[in-house]
Amino acid sequence: MTAILQIERVSKSFPGVKALDSVSLSVASGEILALVGENGAGKSTLMKILAGIHRPDSGTIRIEDQAVVLRSPRDAAGYRIAVIHQELELIDTLDVAANVFLGREPTWGGPAKLLDSRRIWLEADKILARLGSPFSSRMRVSELSLAHKQMVEIARALSLNARIILMDEPTSSLTTGETERLLSLIEELKRDRVSIIYISHRLAEVQRVADRVVVLRDGKNAGELRDSEITHDRMIQLMVGRDLKAPAPDAGMPSGHRQVSFEIQKFRTTAYPNEEVSIAVHEGEILGIAGLVGAGRSELARAIFGVEKALSGTVATSGTALSIKSAHDAIDYGIYLVPEDRRELGLITGMTVKENITLPSLRRHTVNGLIRNTRETDAAKQSCEALHIKTPTIDTRVENLSGGNQQKVVLAKWLSMSPKLIVFDEPTRGIDVGAKSEIYNIMRSLADQGVAIMMISSDMEEILANSDRVAVMREGRVTGILDRSECTEEAIMRLAVA
Amino acid sequence: MKRKEVGILSLLVFLCVIVAVKNPQFLSATNLQNMGRLVGMFGIFSIGAGMVIITGGIDLSVGSVFALLGILLSMMLTEWHWSAAFTMAVIIGIGTAIGFVHGILITRLRLQPFIVTLCGLLLYRGIARYIAEDTTKGFGAQGFAWLRSFATGSAAGIPMPFVLLVLVAVVMGIVLHFSIYGRYLVAVGRNAEAARYSGINSDNVITGAYVISGGLAGVAAILLAFYTNSISPSSHGNFYELYAIAAAVLGGCSLRGGEGSIAGILIGTALLQVLRNLVNLLDIPGSLDFAVMGAVILLGVIADQIFRPAVKANKNRT
Repeated sequence: MTAILQIERVSKSFPGVKALDSVSLSVASGEILALVGENGAGKSTLMKILAGIHRPDSGTIRIEDQAVVLRSPRDAAGYRIAVIHQELELIDTLDVAANVFLGREPTWGGPAKLLDSRRIWLEADKILARLGSPFSSRMRVSELSLAHKQMVEIARALSLNARIILMDEPTSSLTTGETERLLSLIEELKRDRVSIIYISHRLAEVQRVADRVVVLRDGKNAGELRDSEITHDRMIQLMVGRDLKAPAPDAGMPSGHRQVSFEIQKFRTTAYPNEEVSIAVHEGEILGIAGLVGAGRSELARAIFGVEKALSGTVATSGTALSIKSAHDAIDYGIYLVPEDRRELGLITGMTVKENITLPSLRRHTVNGLIRNTRETDAAKQSCEALHIKTPTIDTRVENLSGGNQQKVVLAKWLSMSPKLIVFDEPTRGIDVGAKSEIYNIMRSLADQGVAIMMISSDMEEILANSDRVAVMREGRVTGILDRSECTEEAIMRLAVA
Repeated sequence: MKRKEVGILSLLVFLCVIVAVKNPQFLSATNLQNMGRLVGMFGIFSIGAGMVIITGGIDLSVGSVFALLGILLSMMLTEWHWSAAFTMAVIIGIGTAIGFVHGILITRLRLQPFIVTLCGLLLYRGIARYIAEDTTKGFGAQGFAWLRSFATGSAAGIPMPFVLLVLVAVVMGIVLHFSIYGRYLVAVGRNAEAARYSGINSDNVITGAYVISGGLAGVAAILLAFYTNSISPSSHGNFYELYAIAAAVLGGCSLRGGEGSIAGILIGTALLQVLRNLVNLLDIPGSLDFAVMGAVILLGVIADQIFRPAVKANKNRT
């Protein structure tokens, strides 16, 4: 088979990270190539390069032996490369046909460019029939299930006459039946000589459909498997095969000596309504919550904190269930959340460092209901000093700070109060190395003061270096809890992938 | 004072100087008193509109609320013979209740403020016309001296509505700039979701703003009714919601929410009244009234956008 697409020594850096380091791979026509790797291995970056969203710093991309430059998604489409992103990019309020032909609508011709709706529907229905779709092209996209929306994306790819279709985690939100249908669809596309690059964490699916597997690790090629070599174990070995510093053995007490401080009991969230999560967090420990992106960890965190409605579940402390209906309730119980999306949820941009720090604790800085500027200022200054927040003044707008200092402002909001349980969701994402270690130190000293800490992280090193115990989640449930002594990257990955 | 407020204040001073030079009548005691009276009445409900705008919402219903409450006021006093104090309490109470209902519809049912208050605009006007049987109501030439004095009286030469505005402005200034509620209001206007993550009950904060707007509209309704002394249900208060919104926005309240000050709203109100006055005093045809206002405001906003410091402009875009 001849390669239709070749990627040769492609590198790409972002500030602070080398996302891709001289990665090469090729795909033959009619081949299904699976791309696997841990969170942050570089899969998404590679895909965005092929989609024309990012441009590589170096290296070449060849399509049918011609070196090409993909400057924009339009260029990629021109070379008949179609990309199906994890977050589907459909316009919900339009019908299926309009989405399939978006940007390339057939018209009646002439200067007015009036839409030829009949033709749009007819053409779209033809493609949908080929996919065996049960719905008509006149359906509004908002009325379709996720699996059917995915089908619309595939129809769009086919309408572009795509030779190469990239799929990023296409099954992550599908049910078993829907996944089955998608996989057989992929096999049919293969028969039509379409090449597929399939990115997935679900190794069982990969094993089933892939002709070949390319494993990425830390932005580099880690190995390649074909046919009978494609096994669950081999893939995990290649994904993990990295020397990680052994966790420092003296960090924290052994968990047996600690009191259970909070019990998360039977939580169900809207993301995985059929799964229940129960975890106990001890006082003074850092409980790492590992898992792949989309395992339902952030949803759990938001439900515990009362900002997202849980379908069921309670948080209990020393045997009594707490009534948490809003963030306000959670805060009253000393349960705080450091959210994943710092700029949109952790902070209020447009307000100053001071105003952000004191927002949840304003009542303490008031006399007769009025804010005392001196008290508020003193409190904010103290927090800035305690956490080494680098800011020109406390009246600087918070968006002008660096990522690390912004995160410290989020921490400062909670630390001036009396934390009992803090849930950190991806606490160091997008933060430079120096600030990272400061944040780890803050977490550890909080734990030493007896605060229970849950740390959701997709960064394996972060999990291994900081956790006293690790709970691993997969698809909405806890698949295992590892003590410090059992914690290895391989053990975690085995629990994290299906 | 922020840059935006300084800008609009300079425009106000500039216009005052021009009018005063062209027509010394501008500075006469009668003219100043009359303008002070108008600024007082418009300022009171513009502050309410500003509170709502700071949440990122809008209140389009105030003009119709004036018609409805004006008609009710007249009927309560002249037809049902209720006592002045009780009537005043009921009128302000109804205004507050209307604001509360708006707030509940917007926060609990997640309806858009524009739609809710637009429906209010239609609804209250219609009810006003129906209960008045489309006839003009009033209070007669005499009587109700106590209530009337709030609208037409003066204290030490200062028109009463202006005195009331100063009171309202001081109270609301403290609420907006020094109280927890004010801080929450700005936080919710900036980012209601992040405010919720900090433990703020965003829904109650937003509802509060509509309650304030409704209550101040109730106060202003009494003043306006006695000021005009005759309430035609189909035209009384027409477009007044737009005066209020214009004043707040001119004074630095961002329609995107999270920004605004009482001082700014006051300057914005004064600017609008000076513009109306200017049309009279400079012998511009009265029919051009709205056109002049629109043109001057547009020029002001354009100048603000052009002369905005470059750094700040970039910040706003990202």
